[in-house]
Amino acid sequence: MLNIGGLTEGVVIDHIVAGGAMKIYEYLNLDKLDCSVAIIKNAKSKKMGKKDIIKIDGPIRVDLDMLGVLDPNLTLDIIKDGKIIEKRNPQLPELVTGIIRCKNPRCITSIEQELVHKFRLTNKEKGMYRCIYCEQAYKR
Amino acid sequence: MKHLISPLDLSLDELSKLLDLASDMYQNPKKYADVCHGKKLATLFYEPSTRTRLSFEAAMLNLGGSVLGFSSADSSSAAKGESVADTIRVISSYADICAMRHPKEGAPYVAATHATIPVINAGDGGHNHPTQTLTDLLTIKQLKGRLDNLTIGFCGDLKFGRTVHSLIEAMVRYPGSRFVLISPKELKVPTYLREEVLDAHQVPYKEVNVLEEIMPELDCLYMTRVQRERFFNEEDYIRLKDSFILDAAKMQYANKDMLVLHPLPRVNEIATEVDNDPRAVYFKQAEFGVYVRMALIMTLLELTVA
Repeated sequence: MLNIGGLTEGVVIDHIVAGGAMKIYEYLNLDKLDCSVAIIKNAKSKKMGKKDIIKIDGPIRVDLDMLGVLDPNLTLDIIKDGKIIEKRNPQLPELVTGIIRCKNPRCITSIEQELVHKFRLTNKEKGMYRCIYCEQAYKR
Repeated sequence: MKHLISPLDLSLDELSKLLDLASDMYQNPKKYADVCHGKKLATLFYEPSTRTRLSFEAAMLNLGGSVLGFSSADSSSAAKGESVADTIRVISSYADICAMRHPKEGAPYVAATHATIPVINAGDGGHNHPTQTLTDLLTIKQLKGRLDNLTIGFCGDLKFGRTVHSLIEAMVRYPGSRFVLISPKELKVPTYLREEVLDAHQVPYKEVNVLEEIMPELDCLYMTRVQRERFFNEEDYIRLKDSFILDAAKMQYANKDMLVLHPLPRVNEIATEVDNDPRAVYFKQAEFGVYVRMALIMTLLELTVA
């Protein structure tokens, strides 16, 4: 288990699919933060076998629910005053704009570079998003 | 203002009214001969499709309107790199309504978000072709008298055939629909259609790979072409294209009132000997395509007859 004893304010992003931490690191621009950030790859997990974890030791002002688009099964532990004040899965947003890109080579976004990539949540249980233009499912 | 981008853009009620209007146009074409007088349809065809384009143009001419447009990307401003959004903004000031065919999926949706005139999707890649679906529905309704409680067989390329996917999605909305999916295993319907449409609507269906056995069960048989352009290599295409051919011998197993539909063009999946069978309605279907497009143009332009 990850020791979060020293954290006063921050977030632990847990149960990330093994190998997925760097994608989240890049999305959150964690390299720009001054606070300490720990990435643990391939940690042992009873539930998942292997998992990645990111621990951010400081305040972060982004919509963490958007992480559900990248990995719907991760969990967010919000820490304040050294305690976990909230532990939850991300709430999947209905519409995702400019975060993920459509990979369908036949989609209009493949030739018109100025189009903003947008996805709509079409299956909440499976965390499935479809491109609003070509309706192809986003594959993580 | 309303566009038609996906076959499911129309509610069942709107669809019913549209099909009734198309049916009336078929019965009384003269009544509608001037309804679009002074109106212009722009046909923006970024890839060739003679049949669909001419069907739209015939529809507008039958309504007394005029037509302008282009029939390939080479002869449009797209060749200079103009975006769909910019093109449609300009065309909106030239015409009253437009039909767009584009090789890229979602292009008509982009057009609709920037247009000040109604946009009709006339086919976008392997994605949607809603006016073909409307054509299929009108054909079935006219010739079977109903759209509910029908068993429809789909044969051929069920993996890439967008007309099949769209018609299935449209038909699951009617009670009592049942499907028989006849294809080689390489060309079965995609998983999303099975899970998100058929299973989600709890519609009975079965997948088989022999045409003859299931013929007696069918009210309609929807044949499709195995399209060369959907394959990544020639070998797969040649191996699969002849897999499911409908001929007079197989028609003997069919009910006497079963309909044979096909979105056309046909290659060899229906032997020409079937053409004279009264159950072969695919050329009639193409004719209905004009009437359903007439009804659509009139509806989207919000026009009425006295």
